[in-house]
Amino acid sequence: MRPAVLAAWLLAGSVGMVLARERPPPGASSCAECHAEGAAMGAIDGRPEAEIAAALAEYRSGVRPASVMSRIARGFSEEESRAIAAYLSRQRPAAPETSQERP
Amino acid sequence: MSRTRRAFLATGAAFALGRPALAQAAAKVVVIGGGFGGATAARALHGGGLDVTLVEVNSTYVSCPFSNEVIAGLQPMAAQRFGYEGLARAGIRVVHAAATGIDADARRVTLADGTARTYDRLVLSPGIDLRFDAIPGYDAAAVDRMPHAWKAGEQTLLLARQLAAMPEGGTVVLAVPGNPYRCPPGPYERASLIAHVLKTTKPRAKLILLDAKDTFSKQRLFQSGWKALYPTQLEYVPLAEGGQVTAVDPDAMIVRTDFSDYKADVACIIPPQRAGRIAAVAGVADRSGWCPIDPVTFESRLVPGIHVIGDAAIAGAMPKSAFSANAQAKVCADAVIDLLAGRAPETPKLINTCYSLVAPGYGISIAGVYHPAGGVLADVEGAGGISPVDASMALREQEALHAADWYRTITRQVFG
Repeated sequence: MRPAVLAAWLLAGSVGMVLARERPPPGASSCAECHAEGAAMGAIDGRPEAEIAAALAEYRSGVRPASVMSRIARGFSEEESRAIAAYLSRQRPAAPETSQERP
Repeated sequence: MSRTRRAFLATGAAFALGRPALAQAAAKVVVIGGGFGGATAARALHGGGLDVTLVEVNSTYVSCPFSNEVIAGLQPMAAQRFGYEGLARAGIRVVHAAATGIDADARRVTLADGTARTYDRLVLSPGIDLRFDAIPGYDAAAVDRMPHAWKAGEQTLLLARQLAAMPEGGTVVLAVPGNPYRCPPGPYERASLIAHVLKTTKPRAKLILLDAKDTFSKQRLFQSGWKALYPTQLEYVPLAEGGQVTAVDPDAMIVRTDFSDYKADVACIIPPQRAGRIAAVAGVADRSGWCPIDPVTFESRLVPGIHVIGDAAIAGAMPKSAFSANAQAKVCADAVIDLLAGRAPETPKLINTCYSLVAPGYGISIAGVYHPAGGVLADVEGAGGISPVDASMALREQEALHAADWYRTITRQVFG
């Protein structure tokens, strides 16, 4: 763990303040509005980075059949798609009944 | 343990920390409007460590997405209603009062109860106001006879009741405005589902769809569906064939165009619109009635320190949809966090996806990806588009299922 991050975490723990969430790369903040546990689109938070990156590449090239994902994936370069995959792989899946943990 | 802290422990990755610096008070952001845009913005700003107040006059939100299904009796009204307890539970201060004044120089919002709130930055997500000065005869009183049902709630239920009570062989007239307006494919989904009701319960009845334009969202998909499903129920009248409504007479139930007078048993008039009233009060709406914004930060082009998201904003190629409002809210929140921390906001990319039902189990979609270009939000070339026109019924069924699941997921994310 990097010292600055560790310090922020320790301070956050001690004063109980809300820390900023990880900043999603361009485009990634909309994924969770469809992809969720129990939805037909399936949850993708926390899935392996390589698996998400491969899916996005296949949607982009049209190899993998899709409804909207082929149309969306074509809007992102390979580099942007990799950043999205890396970000999503680091997210924890939301609980099925609520998107945020309660205090 | 919070999600954020787990993520820190799990990865040790670098995170952008928003304000506040630990020793000083958090910067204050007021969000006005608790719909898909405002509620999402409040959550994202709060998640960024800011002191957030969400100002929303109503204690219950009624969702427009899926309200066409309520009109057609396919979904209960209860599935459209959302409270603000979820936001309050997340630690967001929710104030149920109307915002009546904005002093952009003093950075202060005045509420109807006489109290005031100061802000470092203000986010407006006021949705739309209906223009009761646009169609002669269609004033605020006319909506009791000729519902617009374009703000979900009592109007939705009124139109549903009118349709259910309509005599066999009756005529429904549905009037659609010119661009821009909330939910571009919405009127055509409404026409589809009303035609479905007529076909299944009053087969001799008819729907006349009067349009103030000649082209519309997902047009080929809707029209091929109409041809297959509702050949005798639905008559489409585009602008070129006299589709523009020039006046209405609510007492006589007559809808006028330059070409004909239509006598209606049920008339749904969707009038032209503008940004919600508080936008004009704040001075962020231009002569069009909508709000010009910077495509990176959603900050008003007219008044610094005020950001506008959702239907009220002029978002270039992005349609006025709940999905767009939600995406814009997150981008705007990140920009607000950056600006308050003295950082330059990142250049965003935004996504929109809109599903419509042509019939129960028959879904179609449009999607787009957008980026700032030439000072506006422009389509990313090569991306986006509509469902295939020649798709199998299996895909239509899948998209209907995706529509329902999107609605369940986004409302849980925003209000849950």
